[in-house]
Amino acid sequence: MTKTILGGLSRRMLVTTAAALSLAPAAASAQDELNALVWCDHTDPALVEPFEKANNVKVNLKEYEGTGAAISIIEQSRPGDWDVLVIDAVDVPRAIDMDILGEMPADKLPLNDLFPEVRMDATTTKDGKVYAVTEKFGYNTISYDKTKVDPADMEDLSVVWSDKYKGRIALYDYYLPMVGLTAVGIGKKTADLKQDDLPAIKEKLFEMKKVARQVSDVVASQTALATGEVDIVVGGGEWLTAGLSAEKPNLDWTIPKQGALRWAQSIGVFKDSEKQDLALKFVQYIVSPEGQARLATSSCYWAMPANAKAGEHLTDQQKTALRWDKQPEYLKNSQLYPVADADMDAAMQDIWTETLQQ
Amino acid sequence: MAATALERAERRKAWAFALPALLWTGAFFLVPFAYMAAISFWTRQGREIVATWTLDNYIAFFVKAHFFKGLVVSLEITATVTIISILLAYPLAWIIAERVPKKWQRFALIMAILPFWTSYVVRSYSWLLVLSKGGVVNQALLWLGVIAEPLELSANRTGTVIGFVHFFVMLLTLTIYANLIQLSPNYRRAAADLGANAFQTFWFVVLPLTLPGIMVGAFLTFVLCIGDYITPQILGGNNELVLPQVIMLQLGRRADFPMAAALSLVLMVVVTLAYIACARWLKMERT
Repeated sequence: MTKTILGGLSRRMLVTTAAALSLAPAAASAQDELNALVWCDHTDPALVEPFEKANNVKVNLKEYEGTGAAISIIEQSRPGDWDVLVIDAVDVPRAIDMDILGEMPADKLPLNDLFPEVRMDATTTKDGKVYAVTEKFGYNTISYDKTKVDPADMEDLSVVWSDKYKGRIALYDYYLPMVGLTAVGIGKKTADLKQDDLPAIKEKLFEMKKVARQVSDVVASQTALATGEVDIVVGGGEWLTAGLSAEKPNLDWTIPKQGALRWAQSIGVFKDSEKQDLALKFVQYIVSPEGQARLATSSCYWAMPANAKAGEHLTDQQKTALRWDKQPEYLKNSQLYPVADADMDAAMQDIWTETLQQ
Repeated sequence: MAATALERAERRKAWAFALPALLWTGAFFLVPFAYMAAISFWTRQGREIVATWTLDNYIAFFVKAHFFKGLVVSLEITATVTIISILLAYPLAWIIAERVPKKWQRFALIMAILPFWTSYVVRSYSWLLVLSKGGVVNQALLWLGVIAEPLELSANRTGTVIGFVHFFVMLLTLTIYANLIQLSPNYRRAAADLGANAFQTFWFVVLPLTLPGIMVGAFLTFVLCIGDYITPQILGGNNELVLPQVIMLQLGRRADFPMAAALSLVLMVVVTLAYIACARWLKMERT
């Protein structure tokens, strides 16, 4: 997914009155409105409408891309403007440190139903208090057209820097998963990545770039794969191809033997929300098995539901597209994004830019 | 001699008329520009932007190869686009000015600039559909048996140049046409009287007289092309980055406003040098 690691811009640089006026939601005067700052998958009416009807509320959704953008919006808003926040799981500690998330009662959330690997207590809790809950996750791995490539080849990540599929590969244009995935491909642990590891990763990225046809964003990569411009997308995963499974059953994804990267998104309630109960109810709905199945198959992009019980509400076709049965194996063989300090982050961005310039 | 009261009143009136434009320029160009120039000497340390005075960003531009290469790629693409656009636009402008009947010239010009009416982004994506492996061009060539495998016309520099050329040929056609249409036929008659053949007339008379139109169009092409990142982004497949793309990366991914400001100023210096060269040349032409 597209996420931006944004530095701590000074407030005065971010604040523009006009933008603040345009970005802040209309002050909700009625009790039956909820303002949520979300990723695009939450804007699917099929996800939100059942909650709205069941609770007789209107959920106002503001879509954003990248944690940096969310923080800008929050900084330009007044306390109480927002009720619910969807955020990249690795950025939850940052939101907690900013003191924007409120504590949620652990006993009112189905935490024990979540896949253990995606509970991520280290990031979603602080001092034993729950501030966010993982709602969806997925993988940065390999997506491919199984009618054009040998699926057996996709089980080995090294094929994407060999000549076998030269000119038929798209690389996902986002440095963090690409650096992480390459690290996994050469046997490094993303949690232990240091600057000393970067030269070896860079070398592989350069090799990958040499055999790639293009480096593109989500939409362009998906389009290229769907139209046959490329046969493989490195960095893709279920979020790139599963949603197209009905129309394009030839598209598939897998996790190679070396492993893959795992991303996750979380949901929480704003500390200053004046509708704490309603906001919590929305969170509960989203992480319920029904809400999870709808979120997993949202029209913007599909990905894995964090709640293991969501499988009861997925159709067989949806389970196949999401490779539901393989989750225990995939979860074991995937690692989280590298968590980098500012210098490491800058160094990773540099090698990615160098890769693009090759 | 002291100005009369009337002259002073006239001067005040002139200033009053010019004031809104001056205020506008000051508020929306000079002040932001000065701010950007100041920021270019700041640095991003860790995740913070520090207001300190340093040349680090400018040094990084020359030291880090991927920054400098961005400028090189930009200049190479811009030069290629400008030259190809001139070579295509000149005959088109000449045909419209010399061969198309007067009553049809306006229609021909409208047809020439018709693509301007569509969104720039939409036009670039349209070209992607035309140039892609399964696009119109490749499908036609495959069907005709001219090629056995699809040509690589997109996701590379070729795609970027084609997208740009399509746009700038229209622009250059207008500036060259405007020049050609003002050219008195007497010049060509005089050349013919002096024994010049058609080629000599064109080479030694018409072409030099239309160089100002070419130069103005070329300068506009240069400025617009070197500052654009949308076409390379869509048609270039990110296989090489032009400087504006590198600037966008600093803004969008790193929030490194100081580095982006420094790179923008470098780009601005290049454009200014091109302007000075163009202006000097046009001035020399007139004298």
